[in-house]
Amino acid sequence: MTGTLTSPATAWRHRQRQGARWLWVIGVLVVLACLLDISQGSGQLTLARLLPALWQPQAADPLAHVILWQLRLPIALMAVVVGAALAMAGAQMQTLLHNPLADPFTLGVSAAASVGAGLGLILHFDLIPAGLAPLTFLNAAGLGVTLNAFVFALTASLILWSAQRLPGVGVQTLVLLGIALMFFFNALLGVLQFVASPEALQQLIFWSMGSLERSSWPRLGVLSAVILVCGVIFHRRRSELTALSLGETQARALGVDVRRLRLTGLLCTALLTATAVSFVGSVGFIGLVAPHIARLLVGEQQQRFLPLSALLGALLLSLTSTLSKSLIPDVLLPLGMITALIGLPFFVSLILKRRGLDG
Amino acid sequence: MIEVNAEGLEIRDLSVSRGRTRILDSLPELRARRGELTALLGPNGAGKSTLLQAIAGLLPTDGELSLDGKRLNELSARQRAARIGYLPQLSEAGAMLEVFESLLLARRLAGHHDDDANLAHCEQLVEALTLAPLASQRLGQLSGGQRQRVAIAQALVREPTLLMLDEPTSALDLHFQLSVLEWLSREAREHQRVVIVALHDLSLAARHAAHVWLLHTGRLVACGSPREVLTPARLREVYAIEARVEWPQDGSPPAIIALHAL
Repeated sequence: MTGTLTSPATAWRHRQRQGARWLWVIGVLVVLACLLDISQGSGQLTLARLLPALWQPQAADPLAHVILWQLRLPIALMAVVVGAALAMAGAQMQTLLHNPLADPFTLGVSAAASVGAGLGLILHFDLIPAGLAPLTFLNAAGLGVTLNAFVFALTASLILWSAQRLPGVGVQTLVLLGIALMFFFNALLGVLQFVASPEALQQLIFWSMGSLERSSWPRLGVLSAVILVCGVIFHRRRSELTALSLGETQARALGVDVRRLRLTGLLCTALLTATAVSFVGSVGFIGLVAPHIARLLVGEQQQRFLPLSALLGALLLSLTSTLSKSLIPDVLLPLGMITALIGLPFFVSLILKRRGLDG
Repeated sequence: MIEVNAEGLEIRDLSVSRGRTRILDSLPELRARRGELTALLGPNGAGKSTLLQAIAGLLPTDGELSLDGKRLNELSARQRAARIGYLPQLSEAGAMLEVFESLLLARRLAGHHDDDANLAHCEQLVEALTLAPLASQRLGQLSGGQRQRVAIAQALVREPTLLMLDEPTSALDLHFQLSVLEWLSREAREHQRVVIVALHDLSLAARHAAHVWLLHTGRLVACGSPREVLTPARLREVYAIEARVEWPQDGSPPAIIALHAL
């Protein structure tokens, strides 16, 4: 289908419909992946026995009810929302920093969030002072840790943003700086490990490898709300964000306030990353892989690119969650380990593909 | 004082700095009229791109800039961008955005919706710039020349009062160099736009521009008709070249031939 046979507007409308079709296809796959995830796990409970508990919770077998509503469903849904959050963060970091290698994990933002969360958990250091009403309810709800993670993630994002504004800083220089940030925050995490009690050390290991085991309905609600708020902000700015793909000068010439857009966008990506990381720990590469697949399918028009990235992120992490339970029987593998094994070759191939493009 | 009902772009006592370096130094009163193509000329480092970026609002300025009597620094970035179409010298290579979508995007940012009238407007422009075969391709797949034509379309699709293009023909073959400049002259004339084009090719400027601004090391050396400005003596002074300047009487196009560097 090219513009030579049909008019450009007709061809454009056709491609818009194609893009919408991708959203539906991946959306259905996410639901199927989620059901597959629910069907996996210890306890020999099949999907056929679990599903009635989903449709008719009161009439269901009590064991199936508890396993579905207390364990498997929160975990399966958490995989979906964390995947979506990390993919949205990655997609927008790539857009805002005009850098295809950007992702919360590769640029050290996840590591920074882990340190922030670790400070709260290990040293009980909360950025919200105990006496500061009315925000103390955040600490009480366990969200003080999330706020810590957010402040650290935002700091890392702002360091990257400032570096990117320096003359001569190209795509790969920024990635090297991100790796340096990752080392720095991992070193801080090492210090925390050193001073941590044995119980706290166990929790820290959870941060470093990623796990959905601490999923709960309230956390699911909080992360969903963060996705919704950031999604609305990104949606309202969709044309400006798309214009950034034309380059900063062109975007500014089109009337986009690039500085303000980047700040708002990085606030949102830091919030998405921090909330996801503070709930499930560090899970790498979802934010890199999902937006790249989305871009190949629908291009960089934000109206299609962002939701498709989110759905692909949800699909990838949901499948990872299933793999983590089923690869070795009765052993739950850490999520971050699996995403790194899949994502790292992808990251390397992207770097190699960019040979010669960076100054 | 600047006339309230003045048509076109007026510049008065304009200075522009990048960081601590002053690039343009007190440009005197200059005017680019509606319906005319003004060529901005000068060697590398003369300040041509800086001047265009300053007018587009991408750099802070001292002095006065007004369009149709309205001071540009009193407008918001959005209002200014709605009046000014600016094509930077180097457009980004890798965007995975389709050509037609990139034109719609430029319209959307000017407040238009994706309705039938808007699609028809973009379609007309695509046809006029012979971009129809490229409409569904992604920008990253285009050659430098094709990308440059798309960028011209992006600047034009918003129907700006002032259209500024920074070396729009640098990546184009001879056919498109001529046709783009002919097309820009017609665009200025028929739609009464102010068109300013930074060029390196003096013959193209002599042939298509009604008015020429010649810059050298951040200062205005001369302005006027191409015939007044582009003299061998001035080319020697500004470009450090010995040149032959021909203005044929038979109506054939003027030619400026660089003989050798001094």
